[in-house]
Amino acid sequence: MSKTDHSLSIADQHSGVLDGVQKGALTLASLGVLGLIVSLPFSTIPQPAFWLAISLSAIVAGTLWYAHHSYANKPAGIKNNGVWHSGLTTRGIAAWVVGILLTGLYILLYFYPEYLGQAAEGEQNKGLIALFDPLAQLLHGGPASQWFMYGTLYTVSILAMGYKFILKYRNNKYQIVRTISVMFFQLGFAFLLPELLARLSLPYNDFKNMWPLNYSFFDEWNVKGLIDAGGFGLFMLLFGVAMIFVISPILTYFYGKRWYCSWVCGCGGLAETAGDPFRQLSDKSTKAWKMERWIIHTVLVFAVVMTVALVYSYLGDSAKGFWVTRGMLLGIIGLALGSVATVVLVRPGMVKEVNNTIRFLALGLLVAIIGLTVHAYITGRGDVFFVESYPLRKWYGFFIGAIFSGVIGVGFYPLMGSRVWCRFGCPMAAILGMQQRFFSRFRITTNGGQCISCGNCSTYCEMGIDVRSYAQRGENIVRSSCVGCGICAAVCPRGVLKLESRSSAGGKVQDRVSSDPIAIGKTGATLR
Amino acid sequence: MPHIVIIGNGISGITAARHIRKRSDTRITVISGESEHFFSRTALMYVYMGHMRHIDIKPYEDHFWAKNRIELKHAWVQQVDAEKKHVKLQDGKTVDYDKLIIATGSASNKFGWPGQDLPGVQGLYSLQDLEAMELNTKGITRAVIVGGGLIGVEMAEMLHSRNIPVTLLVRETIFWGGVLPNEEAGLIGRHIIENGIVLRMGTEMNEILPGANGRVCAVVTRTGEEIACQFVGLTAGVHPNIAWLKDSTAIKMDKGVLVNEFLETNMPDICAIGDCAQFHEHPDLQRKNIEQVWYTGRMMGETVAKTVTGERTAYRPGHWFNSAKFFDLEYQTYGWVRHELQPGEEGHYWEHTNGKVALHLVWDQKSRVLHGVNSIGLRLRHEVFDRWLEAKATVDHVVAHLEEAAFDPEFYEKMEPLIRMSFKQAKTVTA
Repeated sequence: MSKTDHSLSIADQHSGVLDGVQKGALTLASLGVLGLIVSLPFSTIPQPAFWLAISLSAIVAGTLWYAHHSYANKPAGIKNNGVWHSGLTTRGIAAWVVGILLTGLYILLYFYPEYLGQAAEGEQNKGLIALFDPLAQLLHGGPASQWFMYGTLYTVSILAMGYKFILKYRNNKYQIVRTISVMFFQLGFAFLLPELLARLSLPYNDFKNMWPLNYSFFDEWNVKGLIDAGGFGLFMLLFGVAMIFVISPILTYFYGKRWYCSWVCGCGGLAETAGDPFRQLSDKSTKAWKMERWIIHTVLVFAVVMTVALVYSYLGDSAKGFWVTRGMLLGIIGLALGSVATVVLVRPGMVKEVNNTIRFLALGLLVAIIGLTVHAYITGRGDVFFVESYPLRKWYGFFIGAIFSGVIGVGFYPLMGSRVWCRFGCPMAAILGMQQRFFSRFRITTNGGQCISCGNCSTYCEMGIDVRSYAQRGENIVRSSCVGCGICAAVCPRGVLKLESRSSAGGKVQDRVSSDPIAIGKTGATLR
Repeated sequence: MPHIVIIGNGISGITAARHIRKRSDTRITVISGESEHFFSRTALMYVYMGHMRHIDIKPYEDHFWAKNRIELKHAWVQQVDAEKKHVKLQDGKTVDYDKLIIATGSASNKFGWPGQDLPGVQGLYSLQDLEAMELNTKGITRAVIVGGGLIGVEMAEMLHSRNIPVTLLVRETIFWGGVLPNEEAGLIGRHIIENGIVLRMGTEMNEILPGANGRVCAVVTRTGEEIACQFVGLTAGVHPNIAWLKDSTAIKMDKGVLVNEFLETNMPDICAIGDCAQFHEHPDLQRKNIEQVWYTGRMMGETVAKTVTGERTAYRPGHWFNSAKFFDLEYQTYGWVRHELQPGEEGHYWEHTNGKVALHLVWDQKSRVLHGVNSIGLRLRHEVFDRWLEAKATVDHVVAHLEEAAFDPEFYEKMEPLIRMSFKQAKTVTA
């Protein structure tokens, strides 16, 4: 007697290989992208609204179809099957093609927008950007710009890929809620609200985009613009300042920097949704961690120095025009840096892991900044750090704003993972990270002895944190770079990790850094 | 400076090496033929499924070993000469030791089935097994797995991830029947079927048939049914990997290397730990004399490190715990929940209406002291249950304070009120 079993299996794709429907869906999405690209050489396009609607619909429908087919009819649960077998997600040829295309798009966007069709002053948009004119007209009552086009595509990406993310991780409610949040903030706060403000002739403002991520917040034109816009503009200015000094520290204290980085931020929003297929590409080595700390804090220092120099140079010695004078500015900065330094240097028990090299470096930097500012104040120089502030601002905008956060930050998704900018570059992440490291309740706790050192947590950490190295020792994870996306806990096969922000047992912040070794043997066999 | 040699670089041997280094400056050499560096054996499946690369399942970066002065030797050991105090490698070289720790793990069970050594038939334990599986499953259209335990389900999930149809033969009438109570076994069995695996309970394999090409072409069950397949996974348990010690007759062995509660063998300066060790009598009588679990291997490694560095320490593993994942279902256990209630025991099983979450409590009828808990699809805090078991907390206390042990992610449905309600109702019924 011979018999063959017939599998009840719903055809699952062969690891790393696409099935027919997936290919069809991706073709549809690609046709949509092609629809946008073919508009490039045309100076006028008949029915731009129709053309844009068709193209975007194809992109969105293709993505949703792909997501639906790949995940919806299968039992809920995260399946990273074939991630390391597919070229696109392992720096194969497909990854390089996507990387180069994305990088190219960013270079055009930042440096050669005319090739995208951006009109010169007083002319009509052409090509791709002209496609977006009707939508721009509808939203803010004017023509599109390369940034409007970019914002639209960015939002569409977050929404469509957010849907895919939600389906993939639908067994995990934290992931669903968090993703709806980034989709909401992108669509509402980053895209629609600023357009609406422009329509109402109010200053264009993304409320959630804080300094120093938003490095132009303290530019003279922005501050002046907000002040000149009357009561509401003033509210925006004060809100922006309150975000930096009051709201974000409080929220970070209670929830960790995740409230911003993986729930609200636009960069984080794109990384979490469109960047999700690339999260495993972040470098987990201790060498990369070392580089990360040097680079991101250098950018932070650059951002602070640039902003202070800039504001200093447009402020006057009297309160004319602005309420703040140069002297007051220097006083505020001295006070802020001084109090941080006092905490770090005078209460070293609080930050026992900070080694002396870093402490002396911080001290040296502090002395230098205060010395320079005092010197500038006494001598009345126009340039506080012996450098012209405007070129400094220009270089920052070029290297950090355009090259680092844009070209490398997103263009290199398929090569270095989705959080390159957030991990190595974002000065906002650096500030929130310090708060998270030293003044927050947030930590990832580990569950006793249940870790099997499998490495899923580390592999799928987009920030390159070697989560396993803590989990296998039964030690809580308190790292400044952690954006609290919760994927480590989600992919853990043994229920070992949990994001927590309740006050820790001892009630003191330092208690959460090292948890007690959990005795799993009566004679004190521990885990460490 | 004494030289401590460890044979085997799995979790037991490596934990021993790390803890010896923490406690002393002695010379340490770890010998392994299987792999150059330590990797997480439990994660091998994820490499096949494409979740991770081999480099990702190595818990320590390669520079870790030199930095901690743990010498690694990538070679197979052939024999232990307890008198000359050296081990003989396959290439004829010898390595002298002052103290030796044997930590060579397990090997897959084969029960003498006809055809069990055919090409395309294999177990899954080692890195070499994984490499073989990669080759053996290329382009096949059906696989049969024999044995309904943890490795059997893992293998099924691996093959399923590559769209290879799987038939899983289970000798017992329920899944993992010797370990899980009926309710949990049923729930997990349903989940396995839902994932597209053909689950055949109460089915034993009689023989494996070769095809024209000399490779496996079918298995025959006890009832004479023939199931065509090009791959057979043998996952009916494991046994201590001590075949290589057959010429080292000075060391007393039974199924495994026999050890006392200090993990010492009959020969001075030779210890054995992990899956390959067998206790004369386990210090915890509730446990089996051979423990083949990641966690116990780790604890034995830590214990033996104390003993060989001068602080002779008995193995006291504390309260039992374990965990596993069956496709999308996580399973955790603390204390003892046997596959059927023991005399004097009482139990309560709660299952969510979604059929994906369950909790099983077992306690002593008279004193109501908790004996153990099984959970499926619900994460529980190890530390809290360990504390409750240690304090001999009653089941009523545990049910009343279940929130303390909650470890599910934020925003998850709170299961505690549902569990409490069901527990209360059951109590009323019995009363």
